[in-house]
Amino acid sequence: MTALSLRPARHAVPGVFVALALTLVIGWLVVMLDGGQLFNQSTTVSLLHVAAGLGLVAVGQTLVILGGSLDLSVAYVISLSTLVAAEAMNGSDGALLPAIGLALAVSAAIGLLNGVLVTKLRINAFIATLGVGLLLKGYLDNGYDGPAGESAPALVRTLGYQRIGPVPVSFLLLLAVTAAAWFALSRTRFGHHLVAVGGDPEVARLSGVRNDRVLITAHVLCSLCAGLAGVYLASRLGSGAPRVGTEGLYDLESIAAVVLGGTALAGGRGGVLGTVGGVLLLASIDAVFNQLEVDAFFKQVIRGVIIIAAVAVYARRAMRKAGS
Amino acid sequence: MADPQPAPLLALRGIGKSFLGVRVLDGVDLDVAPGEVHAVVGENGAGKSTLMKIVSGGYSPDEGTVEFAGQPRVFHGPRDAQRAGVGIIHQEFNLLPERTVAENVYLGHEPVRRGLVDRREMLDRTRRLLASIGETALPADSRVGQLGVAQQQVVEIAKALALDARLLIMDEPTAALADQEVELLYGLVRRLQERGIGLLYVSHRLTEVFDLSSRITVLKDGRRVTTVDTARTNTDELVRHMVGRELSNYYPQRADPADRGPVRLTVRGGGNRKLRGVDLELRAGEVLGVGGLQGSGRSALARALFGVAPFTTGDVELDGEPVRLRSPRAAMRAGIAYVTEDRKGEGIVARQSVLDNALLASRAVFAARSGRAARTARVRELLDAVEVRAAGDDQEIRFLSGGNQQKVVLARWLALTPRILLFDEPTRGIDVGAKSAIHDLVRRLATDGAAVLMISSELPELLGMSDRIVVLRDGRIAGELPAGATEEDVVALAVGAVREAAA
Amino acid sequence: MRVAERRPLPLRIRTDGIAPIVALLVVLLILVAFVQPDFLAPSSLMSFLGRSAPIILLAAGQYFVIVCGEFDLSVGSLVTAQVVVAARLIDSDPSHTWPVVALLLVGGALVGLVNGLVTTVLRVPSFITTLGMFLILVGAVYLWSDGAPKGGLSEEFRRFGRRAIEDVPLLGRIPYALLVLVVVAAIAVVLTRSDFGRTLVAVGDNPRTAELSGVRVARTKTIAFMLSGLAAAVAAILLGGYSGVSFQAGVGLEFGAITAVVLGGVALGGGRGSVVGAMLGALTLETLFALMNFTGVSGALRSTVQGVIILLAVAVSSLRSSSSR
Repeated sequence: MTALSLRPARHAVPGVFVALALTLVIGWLVVMLDGGQLFNQSTTVSLLHVAAGLGLVAVGQTLVILGGSLDLSVAYVISLSTLVAAEAMNGSDGALLPAIGLALAVSAAIGLLNGVLVTKLRINAFIATLGVGLLLKGYLDNGYDGPAGESAPALVRTLGYQRIGPVPVSFLLLLAVTAAAWFALSRTRFGHHLVAVGGDPEVARLSGVRNDRVLITAHVLCSLCAGLAGVYLASRLGSGAPRVGTEGLYDLESIAAVVLGGTALAGGRGGVLGTVGGVLLLASIDAVFNQLEVDAFFKQVIRGVIIIAAVAVYARRAMRKAGS
Repeated sequence: MADPQPAPLLALRGIGKSFLGVRVLDGVDLDVAPGEVHAVVGENGAGKSTLMKIVSGGYSPDEGTVEFAGQPRVFHGPRDAQRAGVGIIHQEFNLLPERTVAENVYLGHEPVRRGLVDRREMLDRTRRLLASIGETALPADSRVGQLGVAQQQVVEIAKALALDARLLIMDEPTAALADQEVELLYGLVRRLQERGIGLLYVSHRLTEVFDLSSRITVLKDGRRVTTVDTARTNTDELVRHMVGRELSNYYPQRADPADRGPVRLTVRGGGNRKLRGVDLELRAGEVLGVGGLQGSGRSALARALFGVAPFTTGDVELDGEPVRLRSPRAAMRAGIAYVTEDRKGEGIVARQSVLDNALLASRAVFAARSGRAARTARVRELLDAVEVRAAGDDQEIRFLSGGNQQKVVLARWLALTPRILLFDEPTRGIDVGAKSAIHDLVRRLATDGAAVLMISSELPELLGMSDRIVVLRDGRIAGELPAGATEEDVVALAVGAVREAAA
Repeated sequence: MRVAERRPLPLRIRTDGIAPIVALLVVLLILVAFVQPDFLAPSSLMSFLGRSAPIILLAAGQYFVIVCGEFDLSVGSLVTAQVVVAARLIDSDPSHTWPVVALLLVGGALVGLVNGLVTTVLRVPSFITTLGMFLILVGAVYLWSDGAPKGGLSEEFRRFGRRAIEDVPLLGRIPYALLVLVVVAAIAVVLTRSDFGRTLVAVGDNPRTAELSGVRVARTKTIAFMLSGLAAAVAAILLGGYSGVSFQAGVGLEFGAITAVVLGGVALGGGRGSVVGAMLGALTLETLFALMNFTGVSGALRSTVQGVIILLAVAVSSLRSSSSR
């Protein structure tokens, strides 16, 4: 045997966590010099709240991207889900669970549509989910001018604002969903097959994987995650909000978090833990800017630059790999 | 054949297969006994890969029967063949580089306990599997992308064995291996034999074939020439069986050596990732044939000269002046044209018109040189000159036959009046009539003073067209042959059979 | 001679033909004529064409990007940014009009240049590049104007978008926007027939072949992005004139442009289609919206209509290409 270094495949700490640590340290210093405090109770709580919403979407996005697909409709699914949940609850705790169930069912149906368009009709994922997103946008534009429905008080109390120490319940929900996704990826056949489909669809097919079914499942799970994020946002806002998904840029930010977390945009490599790192990184940058009272619009410019830069760095790495 | 063979594991009888009316296999018989290594040899286009695809479920035969383990079988796709116990190791591995060895080996049939993938079981089984073929040094949890080619091959084999393969097809298993790795493969093959696994071993490298196999079947033009016991034959006899195709085509008159012009292109010590120490001279007025097996560096040579994957070492001179051919544009400005092997992927722009395809290169590189109208008129003339048959110049090129597509590609290059033309398999997938038209065109270009380098896998074409032939092997020039060389000479150089210096 | 040897083909397909979109447009116009006969009166038709000019221009710009295999999702935000920038820079001073017009054109081309370079040199997928640019432009323009549009456009500037040559015999009136459209459309058609235009389509069809034929693929694509940016600048000048200064000026236009291009028979992914088809697609889309308006369908459903058109068009072409194989 040649003297190859055979490191086991368990990946070392992804670079995103290093970046996260650096961001927090530098952010803490800069905020302190500015006379503020990065890690007080309220900033930590709001950081974790931001991370919870984005994280739920990004974990779902990780699944489809791992499978070599993509979902640009998540922002609209989120908005729709807030409305379905809040309108079905209509301010009553009695309807809490059925309403959540309804919101998730609607989301899952959209995921199914995305999956079928991508696999059975073989439409490029970007175009298919963009088209579905526009469908939903029209429905939302047509039906709603502003907030509608009323979230159940119990939901607002628990998922929306309850916390254990500085950790909001919603962040615990994110951790639970992440753990479930991690478990699904590493311990179920579905997970193994999904990564295989993203890595090389032909190899997967020849090994007996039913590619279409795997990818459709991933799309349904992705939309479910977006739907769950919608329920969470409904709990924060107290009502359904027809633009909350698009204004929160959940489509682009979720993709950025996935890419920052080390998942290959082309699929087949990565995982949800890195994604959570990416989410925390984006949320931390947000928190630092908030503490420094940076203009909201300047923040948006920075977001755009970060997204492009993250993907560009990934593309460079992929190119070097292909060239070596 | 002296031993009383046990019941064969695989028995092919009278296998025939045609594609679009062309007979690719005709009445082929072949047996593989358990624990036997049966080698299949033959030159490019002899029908080896079609035969292997029939055995592994890629194609179903038009005629004849496949018997596996004593039962007649028709495999519906590769999966079906795998389940029945036929595994195939391709030259290009079907592995996921980002996944671990165990994950690759058990992809599609991961061991499951209580509905969940049992990772420990998967690792254990992989380790046992690897140990059973003597590969204890290969960690089951390492990422496949980190492994060397030889180790990846082991993973492929383990993947087949995990499905209880009883017959393994190895298609050019050593093509990508370094010398010391080949030794490892030998050991592996022996251990597979000991386990009673039958092996169909397809290879061009006769050394290996002699080292490993117990019997050899020679295919030529889709027919079985002979099956011989390895112990009772030798390289020369084998090469004689492989070659000797009838010269069915007419080839244009070769250049008179006296008419050959000065040296146009000189390469000294040219090398890159796929080539080593290439020395080459190309003269005006001649057709220099380039032979060699697939993967021997033939296309890499053309691509280096055209600046697609340039030489990283050595010098190139054009008309005695040093040049750096670092991009296709640079090569084109130096007067070089390149007709690619993969016409659909790299030669044509399928949905554009005949005229747009023919104008592509002139528009891209010499747009400012001449007026639009004059240029278009010139390209139309060229399309006429090469006798493209199309419904019109505005017809989309994808509706043309392969031969006519190739003529359009040729017109595209002729519009630049190149002095050096590189042809990579110029007549692949082209019908007989168009073929000889292309041959005439290639020769006419040389006669008119161009320097032509032509790569061909078809020995009759290579021998019929070339004024000289260089044969590549493993990225090096294995030797040069004059006009009038025989197919045996070329094959011997290409496969590395030791013979008297032919050049 | 080749001519003599031409053999008849069973069917001759001109896939970049514009017949389907023309047919669709005619059908829609007939429907509109039933619902709202006044619509087809020369002067109202001319006004309609003038109103539709910006989206037609954007469709033409988007055509260049899509036909070479990319997307430009930044055009809507670019239009918004340009309108807001123009208002602040002109600040109602007529003498600033022409310098600002020039500045807008240069700015549009520059944004396209950045989009193109990031996509080709840094290898960032164009939808991410241009969506990122979208965020940057919107953020930057809000930032620059502190959250509310400032200044105002000069009458000279607004003339392009909302004035017309009145009392024209037969036609009634000719909006300046229509004249601008005709000029730009003519330039676009000339461009698509030029070496550059033909090479661009080849790049979208098969970048490998193009590269091996000496085409500078990255440069060609970058120029396409710059053309899209330029088209957005012209559209912004017309839109600013027509509907005034607001942060909503360009919202959603990128989706309208893409829908129009797809409707006009241009293949997403590149390699097929004509700029005339793309522009007719935009006109058809606007006619459809007008019809929706006349029949009382909510304008809010526009996105849904666009989504349906995109999915249908792509699904049909995907199924057709897989069945022909």
